[in-house]
Formats: sequence, C-alpha cells, structure tokens
Amino acid sequence: MSVVDHNTIELAPRISEAEVSDYIALLKPRVMSLVVFTALVGLVIAPGHFHPVLAFTSLLCIAVGAGASGALNMALEGDIDAKMSRTANRPIPRGRITKPEAMAFGMTLAFFSVITLGILVNWIAGSLLAFTIFFYVVIYTIWLKRRTAQNIVIGGAAGSLPPVVAWAAATGSLSVEPLLLFLIIFFWTPPHFWALALFRSDDYARAGVPMLPVVAGPDATRLQILLYTIVLVAVAAAPWPLGYFDAIYGMASLILGGGMLALAVNVYRRRERARSLRATRKLFAFSIFYLFALFATLGLEVAFRAIAPTIW
Amino acid sequence: MADRPEPDGIVLTEAQKRSRRRRSIAIALALGVLVVLFFAVTLVKGPAVLNRPL
Repeated sequence: MSVVDHNTIELAPRISEAEVSDYIALLKPRVMSLVVFTALVGLVIAPGHFHPVLAFTSLLCIAVGAGASGALNMALEGDIDAKMSRTANRPIPRGRITKPEAMAFGMTLAFFSVITLGILVNWIAGSLLAFTIFFYVVIYTIWLKRRTAQNIVIGGAAGSLPPVVAWAAATGSLSVEPLLLFLIIFFWTPPHFWALALFRSDDYARAGVPMLPVVAGPDATRLQILLYTIVLVAVAAAPWPLGYFDAIYGMASLILGGGMLALAVNVYRRRERARSLRATRKLFAFSIFYLFALFATLGLEVAFRAIAPTIW
Repeated sequence: MADRPEPDGIVLTEAQKRSRRRRSIAIALALGVLVVLFFAVTLVKGPAVLNRPL
C-alpha cells in the first residue's frame, strides 16, 4: 500500500514568465564587454592574416563562453546574490528565473561556444575557452569564492584568459605576447575587486563571502591594493623595454600606471570613513578606465602600424 | 451547436504566452545565427573544412 495517495496530490508546475532581457542579464553584459574588448586586442596584435569571418566567429564564441560562465556563476550563487544589495536585482534572486533554468541555459551556451570555436576555428582555442569556463565556474565559483580571501586573486586567471584564447584562435598557437596580456589582467584584478569589496564589505560580510576586507580588515586590504598596483604598473610597463610592444604603449602604460598608483596611494592614506570611501570609489572607477585605455592603446598602435607601416 | 469544452490541464495566462513567444523568437534567431555562421565559415574555408584532422 502506498503511503502517499498520488491521486490527491497535484503539484502545479511552475510556468516561466521570464523575458529575454532576464536571460541577457544572466550573461553579465558589462563583464562580457570587457572580455570581448580584451579578446579583440588579442586578435589585433596576433601576427599574420586572420579572415574577418573567423575573427568575428572567435569573438562571438568568446563572448558567449563568457556569458555562459556568468549564467552558471549566477545559478550557483543565487543564495549569495539575494543577500547583497549590489546583486539582489539579478534574475534569480528576483524569482524571474530558477536555478535549474539558469544552469541549463549556461551549460547549453558553454557547450555551443566551445564546440563552435573548436570546429570552426581551431581546437587549441576551443580547449582554452573550455578551460576558462571550467576555471571560472568550478575553481573560482564553487571552490574558492566561499573558502578563501584569495578567491579573486586565483580566480582572476579566468578573466585574464580571453586575449590568450583570441590569440590562439588567430594563430593556432601560443606565444609570449598573449601571456603578457594575461599577466596584466591578472595583476589588475585584485586592486579592482578589492576596491569594490572595500566599499561593499558590509554586503560581503552579510552574505558570508570571505573577501579580504571582511577577513583581514580594511587596512590590510589597502596595503594589498597598493602592493598589487605596484606589481601591476611594473608588469604593464615591462613589455616595452623587453621589446614586445612599442614606445607609445610604453608611455601610455607609464602615464596610466602613474594615475593608478596615485589613486592606490590615496586609498592607502585615507582612513577616515567618508574620505576613504571617496578614494576607494575613485580607484575602482579609474581601474576600469585604466584597463580599457591600456588595451586600446596597444590595439590601436598595432593596427596603425599594420595599416600604415611606412608612416609608422 | 455544442459549447466549446473547457480545456483541462494547464492554461497559460496572457503574460506567460507573451513571454514564451518572445523566448521562442530569441531561440529561433540564435539558431538562425548559428546556421548562417556555419554556412559563412564553410564558404571561407572551402570544402576542406570537412576534411580537417581533429
């Protein structure tokens, strides 16, 4: 005899009212724009001719792969997002999309982006894209995010890989130049995210995420931001004297690096609540401009040299 | 003439029908883009695209 009378239980299935815009929000469009931009620079600086259709395909696959990572990240962090004011409006905490729906969406996009890049472009790029998604979802989101204050340092490797994927797509191989771009984004990530974590530390503490300001306190975080910024400025300038990138890039990296360093010093010095908050927000905003401007200079320099080699 | 029978089972609201239709169109567009992409790359690479080693 059955304990539960199935004839009397009717579970109403949930019918989704999610709009296309909710699914687009799952892709983290702002993060995606930075990924696409850094990947575009990886394509531009790669040597040799790369057919525009294949270049577009590569960028599309990298963008969709990044979106897939974002969707899977949101599916796995719905509980955290609901507790933080910055993320409480995302589709899962708002109840627009369920976790299984987001998971299915993310897995589908991840599958198609990797397979398409592998088949249409090459399998080195396809494998690197698969590794990037795996690193962001499994290593960063599942393993590190809730366990260690070094989460964004190690996890930053995932966000640093798009130019490497793009270079591999264009050349079918790897080289020093894309690894330099990887290192620049890798060392840019901690000052950028710790600046955010400093003025959102209450949010992270409420959600139980062990970001550095929550675990080690704001002063230790300010010191780490300064130290990573010093390394970032050195790493970003190094390709010029090493002969990989030219003088215009070198000058831009020093000027932009000077701005970044001045703001990091300001964050280190300002300890009073209001002034500290202002300094941290300035550094966070400038860090986004810094990466865009640095990569744009590099891309434009290489593009102009290719278009007008005699003038250059 | 007999009245139309009441549909049994799940009846979608207008909002649910609208959002489902928009999602379906988005999926169709994405599939269309994928088809065009594979077609364009096949033109670029030529018939050899089918004979490349994995």
